[in-house]
Amino acid sequence: MDNRLPFVDIMEEGGTHRRHDDIGSFEYTYKAEIMNIYPMTANEKLYQIQIIEPDRRNRFTFQPGQFVMLEIPGVGEAPFSISSSPIRHGFVELCIRNVGNLTGFLARMQRGAQIGIRGPFGTQFPVGEMEGSDVLLVAGGLGIVPLRAAILTVLENRSRYGGVDIVYGAKTPSELLFTYQYDMWRKFDINLSIIVETPDDTWKGPTGFLTRILEDRVAQAGANFAAGTYAIVCGPPVMFKFVCGMLTRAGMPMQKMFVSLERRMHCGRGKCCRCNIGSTYTCLKGPVFDYWSIMNLKEAI
Amino acid sequence: MIFKVFSKKELPRLFDVIAVNRVVGPVQKGTNKDGNPLHTFEEVRDFAELSLDYKTTILSAKRFVLPFHETLCTFRVTENGWEKDVDFNVRGPTVFFGLHACDINAFNRLDKVLMESVYPTPYYASKRKNMFIIGTNCEPQPYCFCRSMGTDTALHGFDLFLTDIGDRYFAEVQSATAYNFLLQIKTADPKEKDHQRYIDVVAEKNRKFTAHVDNTDLTKILDMEFQSRAWKEWGDKCLSCGTCASVCPTCYCYGVEETVDMNAAGARKTKSLHSCNLIDFAEVAGGHNFRPERHSRLKYRYYHKHRGFVEAFEESLCVGCGRCGEACLADITVPEVIASVRGEGH
Repeated sequence: MDNRLPFVDIMEEGGTHRRHDDIGSFEYTYKAEIMNIYPMTANEKLYQIQIIEPDRRNRFTFQPGQFVMLEIPGVGEAPFSISSSPIRHGFVELCIRNVGNLTGFLARMQRGAQIGIRGPFGTQFPVGEMEGSDVLLVAGGLGIVPLRAAILTVLENRSRYGGVDIVYGAKTPSELLFTYQYDMWRKFDINLSIIVETPDDTWKGPTGFLTRILEDRVAQAGANFAAGTYAIVCGPPVMFKFVCGMLTRAGMPMQKMFVSLERRMHCGRGKCCRCNIGSTYTCLKGPVFDYWSIMNLKEAI
Repeated sequence: MIFKVFSKKELPRLFDVIAVNRVVGPVQKGTNKDGNPLHTFEEVRDFAELSLDYKTTILSAKRFVLPFHETLCTFRVTENGWEKDVDFNVRGPTVFFGLHACDINAFNRLDKVLMESVYPTPYYASKRKNMFIIGTNCEPQPYCFCRSMGTDTALHGFDLFLTDIGDRYFAEVQSATAYNFLLQIKTADPKEKDHQRYIDVVAEKNRKFTAHVDNTDLTKILDMEFQSRAWKEWGDKCLSCGTCASVCPTCYCYGVEETVDMNAAGARKTKSLHSCNLIDFAEVAGGHNFRPERHSRLKYRYYHKHRGFVEAFEESLCVGCGRCGEACLADITVPEVIASVRGEGH
């Protein structure tokens, strides 16, 4: 392992004006339209959402890994990771499971409905820093949702990355998300492995936990694996320990592994405290954390 | 800093000078079962309503800047969809007449997270920037541990601070507005004996503290003792009622709820202060609760106050006013919890 400390170039950070400091826009909501709804499984739908006002739409940008607060006036608002590519300004795809009050209401909405979005909020996957390296993307269940923003970013800038591996595990084949894109990802030189815990009659792929696939990957990996690979891991908290633990043992530095955490949020701006882990705001310091930060957060995973 | 002294007889006159504004101050609301007076901060119109010798109030002055319920915005249904109307709910300038140092420091600490960090919140700032604060000195009570928290004196965050030095007040003047008010009553420059009297009063106050918290290395100790049995023991006593957060001058966490108006022509978004001890605090849609046990929620409250805030802002969010311990139905007090987590008395 290379123990030399990385040089931190403070000039790279820049000092641009941020929406962060603007007291007037605290409660600002973009009016947005549900352009289309794509049912993906029995419980999850993909919502394509576009900011209505053209100027604001063009100015709305985000980074993969960030989230928005989706607001349905009179019903409530909740945080959702953006699942689409950041290339299209003012347009987001949110993959949402029908699980609570807000999402239950949303599931009954039709395209053309007007909702609100606020944000984008939170930290991002370091897709820029990852350029020039191999990329290992690991998703369990709904974890594919935030991860897809990183997958699409890597695809759109394919020449800048080395080998790209996706390991995706779900409980059953019927719960797999974004099935319509697997062929495309594979054709665009991504090594995609999918595993399910409980197969059905049609399933021909491997079965078990995704750590099974990951073990093979780590075992096959060359000498460059530890030093030249970045990993992003999204999924249920219990998965982080197994996956990140395995990668740590394989020699991958903790600061090159990234995870995205989920918490209850009522503001998204470091005020309501509902998302605090120990005493760190998931909405400000996360949702994307490197594994070293996670190790230092009590009760994170 | 500019200091003045003035006779106690001048204070009602100062009140009258200032009372063209809305004034909030300590008033007696009733008595407890032992016959001792209970105080609260209320809007007052007459100097005689004020009880400036109050020991503490049950609720802090927080509710004037962070109301327990606040409408964040309303929605109107329009032809093309909806419109959102935002109102910061500020009623104009308010004079706070008679805040103790702990409560002044509580606002200073809230400023750090609500006004001076990323995403400053206009709902707080609009009210906070409209405060004129007159502080008064106090007498340490058995539950006061402000001296341990560095909040027994206020260095800033007030316009005028009055210390009772016998027949007169020793006044610290920190704003031009306060200075202008003082020009309208009879004041004098303090003499050597006033300085000495002030120093004596403060020294006498400092001798009276009986409750203490050892903050040495507390951020580290809280991490080391994350699995301490003490948390479980306090958690077993805790009723998860959230009273501590209600009376706390610095608890600011909240929940947001939206409701549709009865005529279905609009909706509103309401913010309600919450408490991290309430069971649903960290429960997410689908039913998973990140802190299902009482002790994990109680522990989190201490983590936020005494560790996370210190990490972020170099000082604790707790100002040692002792209100939570006084109000707690299960007799849980901050000095006792921290002492037990530090391993004292176990």
